[in-house]
Amino acid sequence: MTPLPLVAVAGSPNAGKSALFNALTGARQKVGNYPGVTVERHSGRLTLADGRPVELVDLPGAYSLDPASPDEAVTRDVLLGKQKGERAPDALVIVVDASNLDNHLRFALQLIELGLPTIVALNMVDLAKRDGLQLDPKRLEAELGVPVIETVAVRKRGIQELQAALDDMISAPRCGVHEHAPSDLIPLQRRARDIAKAAVVSESPVRRWTHRLDGVLLHPIAGPAILAAVLFVMFQAVFAWSEVPVSWIESGIALIAQGAADVLPHGLLRSLIVDGVIGGVGAVVVFLPQILILFFFILLLEASGYMVRAAFLMDKLMHGAGLSGRAFIPLLSSFACAVPGIMATRTIDNPKDRLTTILVAPLMTCSARLPVYTLIIAAFIPDRTVGLGVGLQGLVMFGLYVTGVGGALLAALTLRRTVTKGGGGAFMMELPKYQMPQLKDVVIGLYQRALIFLKRAGTIILGTTVLLWALASFPQAKPGESQIEASIAGKISSGIEVLVKPIGFNRDISLALLPAMAAREVAVSAIGTVYSIDAGDDQSANVALEDRLRGRWSLATALAFLAWFVFAPQCISTIAVTRRETNGWKWPAFMVGYLFALAYIAAGATYWTAVALGL
Amino acid sequence: MTAHFKPESISLDQLKIGARASIASIDWDALEESEACRLKHFGFDEGVVVEPLHLGPFGRDPLAIRVGRMTVAIRRSHARAVRVNIPA
Repeated sequence: MTPLPLVAVAGSPNAGKSALFNALTGARQKVGNYPGVTVERHSGRLTLADGRPVELVDLPGAYSLDPASPDEAVTRDVLLGKQKGERAPDALVIVVDASNLDNHLRFALQLIELGLPTIVALNMVDLAKRDGLQLDPKRLEAELGVPVIETVAVRKRGIQELQAALDDMISAPRCGVHEHAPSDLIPLQRRARDIAKAAVVSESPVRRWTHRLDGVLLHPIAGPAILAAVLFVMFQAVFAWSEVPVSWIESGIALIAQGAADVLPHGLLRSLIVDGVIGGVGAVVVFLPQILILFFFILLLEASGYMVRAAFLMDKLMHGAGLSGRAFIPLLSSFACAVPGIMATRTIDNPKDRLTTILVAPLMTCSARLPVYTLIIAAFIPDRTVGLGVGLQGLVMFGLYVTGVGGALLAALTLRRTVTKGGGGAFMMELPKYQMPQLKDVVIGLYQRALIFLKRAGTIILGTTVLLWALASFPQAKPGESQIEASIAGKISSGIEVLVKPIGFNRDISLALLPAMAAREVAVSAIGTVYSIDAGDDQSANVALEDRLRGRWSLATALAFLAWFVFAPQCISTIAVTRRETNGWKWPAFMVGYLFALAYIAAGATYWTAVALGL
Repeated sequence: MTAHFKPESISLDQLKIGARASIASIDWDALEESEACRLKHFGFDEGVVVEPLHLGPFGRDPLAIRVGRMTVAIRRSHARAVRVNIPA
């Protein structure tokens, strides 16, 4: 079977390329990865008028064939037919922003020189008109020597004409691609400016919307205040809106587990299905509400053009930690959960900055740490004020958050000077025009994020949950013996116990550490299981657990346990998503290593300091 | 009295907000390769008119600069590599 003709959609960033791609292919898109790099491959099918299907591939936005980022390198390699895992394109659609021809024509000129059958989509002509710009597409066509079609992708204008032009182009005989010699950008840019000038019929100066909005949104005082308000709403929503769907998912999973438990005979199979598989699926799906809500906001911020402004406002502060302004939102998101936070690092185009951000994201205190913190604080920190109405318990909680953030900043600084050194780390970004986000593009984006999470991270999470189940279930306990003590997990815990004894951890904690890998909050129930507490509801279980803890742990041990949880990468999902986002096991392995090392040192230091102080 | 020596150009980061000036020269060697490449992508070139529009709220960094029909954000340290003719 001969592969379908491949049409590459290329253009500079902010040309409206993805909107045009969505308008051409609809929701029937496939998202994959180019082999060996963390660059997404978006492709879709288009049926021409005569019924012939073609494959469309949406190339990463690029300013020229001379790459300044890994994304741009992929774009160049695909266009030159040199990208591994991709066939050479048969035709090109070049998307240019009608109101930014001076700049976008440079890349278009480079692409036309390649000699492939080419169409130029003169996109966002409506916005150009709004800006008082009157263009002559015929003149542009004559200057460029290829068909030029006016489009407004978000309103589906010009899409049919574009399809018809594609039809003609695919049918026409074609010749091979010319070799691309690294061209000098400056003369090319000058030619682009001349052509743009020629294509402009008239220009009436109007004060642009974007400029007015920026006057407020980038204002030195109003700007940060508005950003804070936007983020406040966003995080309120992530917590408040996700609560109900999460509880639905949890009760749904519980219902299914109950149903399965009723049907299946008592024994290993039932345990595998109920605790392993259903529990594992539940562990994956329960992340979805937060991921979807967070990405809903991130996609809105991206599509409207505000995301870049937020990065602009925060760049100086993030630069102090060796990161760029782009890292701000992903890191903030990690306070809810590191999984969507790490997925959000895709907006950072500098690979070293992105990697550093991924590596420190787990240090942001995610919501799963809260149950652990709450339990230990309630059990060991006296409920009294330290003056001015400040409670000691709240203060300790705050201290744990601050330690996490401080640790992240120090880790970022250290990493940026060592393992993730170099790579410019520059902050150079276009501030695009503000635009109304299109519902369709947001929905497609959300759908793709959900699918990526479920397919790539979900499989690893499910697999490890089943593995943890197996470790905790074999060999089976004899009557009167505790299952967790008898299992392989119990044996491993004995090994762990030797390792963690020097930092003040006891047998209970070492038994809880392994199951807590599934999710941090599992540590609470795991400790509960160790004490074989069976209480009617969670509340009394917690109270009982607190009392038991007080009896069996010293304060020094409790504090060490808290310090451990600030740093320890106790979360399979985070490790899985890091593997997915860095395309290999090298960086998740490094992350797990340095975080466990930090956790060990922090817990040890806390324990021995506390012991020395006689706590 | 000798005529005061007037420098013909200042660096872009010293240009006032809202002042337009044409680029006199760019010290490409002061930039890393990918940074220089990106500036060229943004259309930075001798003779092109630039205008600082906004400053970052912390430490007046980064800078939002209009270049051609685009607005771009660059850090002050990179803006120093660009010299502009003093506006009349």
